Amino acid sequence: MNSDDSWKLAVRAEVLRLRARMIRAIRRFFARRNFLEVETPVRIPAPAPESHIDAVAAEGWYLQTSPELCMKRLLAAGYPKIFQICKCFRAGERGDRHLPEFTMLEWYRGRTDYRTLMDDCESLISYVAAELGFDGVLSRQDRKIRLEPPWERITVREAFHRYATMTAADALRMDRFDEILSCEIEPRLGTGKPVFLYEYPVELGALARVKADDPGIAERFELYIAGLELANAFSELTDAKEQRRRFEQVSRERGFKGRSPCPMPEPFLSALPQMPPSAGIALGLDRLVMLFAEKSRIEEVVAFPPDFL
Amino acid sequence: MYTASDLRKGLRIKIDNDPYIVTEFNFVKPGKGQALYRCKLKNMINGNQFERTFRSVDVFEMADLQEKKMQYLYKEEGKYCFMDNQSYEQVFLGEDQVGEAKNFLLDNIEVEILLFEDRPLGISLPNFIDVVVTKADPWAKGDSVSGNTKPVTVQTGYQLQVPPFIEEGEKIRIDTRSGEYLTRVKG
Repeated sequence: MNSDDSWKLAVRAEVLRLRARMIRAIRRFFARRNFLEVETPVRIPAPAPESHIDAVAAEGWYLQTSPELCMKRLLAAGYPKIFQICKCFRAGERGDRHLPEFTMLEWYRGRTDYRTLMDDCESLISYVAAELGFDGVLSRQDRKIRLEPPWERITVREAFHRYATMTAADALRMDRFDEILSCEIEPRLGTGKPVFLYEYPVELGALARVKADDPGIAERFELYIAGLELANAFSELTDAKEQRRRFEQVSRERGFKGRSPCPMPEPFLSALPQMPPSAGIALGLDRLVMLFAEKSRIEEVVAFPPDFL
Repeated sequence: MYTASDLRKGLRIKIDNDPYIVTEFNFVKPGKGQALYRCKLKNMINGNQFERTFRSVDVFEMADLQEKKMQYLYKEEGKYCFMDNQSYEQVFLGEDQVGEAKNFLLDNIEVEILLFEDRPLGISLPNFIDVVVTKADPWAKGDSVSGNTKPVTVQTGYQLQVPPFIEEGEKIRIDTRSGEYLTRVKG
């Protein structure tokens, strides 16, 4: 930035005020529902192994890509309702909807499954909208999105059937699932009402519980509003042996693709047997600001995108 | 060789022996899925455009292009004339080859002319140029607090948004890659 560039920060005043009010509203929402706000370390020895997420190394450890493992250890230790607003870091992610450093809202509930989190999403976002003075309606690119629950729920299989040129199973087999989801399906999700896309193929839910009556389906959902992916949720897998097997598989696959292998998060795996059946969700807070501020690029909703530094 | 993570707007790559420039670029990544690099590519010879989505594993060759320093002389009948100051050789480029760069072509400005097998294809400007503001509304004091920008016109005829304190006759620096205002130039 140059010497008189403070105007670039000044023009963000309105968005930054909205952002601050949103964060206050989120904290109020969870406080009123008796969630405990927690803080977990940003620098950790082993993030959850993920096929397509790279952590930033920091003095032999890593910056967290998500606070999930520490939060689940708290769940296992008997904290049934917890939330956190924190910074997460993912190497190489920079686009209209991605910043390598971004703000995540995560919350977890013990003794329930991911359907409760869908209800939470409806309540939370409606509450935030009301607190920010929105009349239950958001506009984005000339479209009106009505927030009144219940929101639409559509399985991954249905979404492919409705919007894509091939089935989810074929897309997965041809390694084109992500491409078709992001190019053909995403832009059409949540254009009139928010949408929960749920029941993912089991291969795409490394930390999710498998559906009781269908071993091919993971209890995972993603929330979309106006084509924007906002949140990812699971019914948490609590089988430590199965979790280790999946982590090792992810780590092996990373090896085949020439990506760095992952250290195993041993303390998490040891705590997992004590974790009650739970559900957890991660919501991109910057994206929620984008939605309410009607901004199409994520860098418009933070004070300092990387190129301002 | 380039990999997909090197892709960005303005990168020139070779596909089927033709040089292509990335004219639009976005990084997308669904959920916990793989990174995708969505590009709009333009054939630098015939101007044909197409969209393509690359993945992290894709690799490309660089387009074998030469750049030569030349000076902008004049524009006549829709052709822009540039001259090599060493050899006095002159080349001509059409409107679509010059493209957005026309907004920043100051008289006698030195640019890089892009050549593919000795054929001129396009130009690259210096990243930053200083230009005089020729038209601007006066600054109502106190406006900078409201955080609004205002439109001005600069000497090349180009219009852009600047902070409210910029006045007519002042010199400003523009980033020619984004076309955006960068800073006020004193003196």
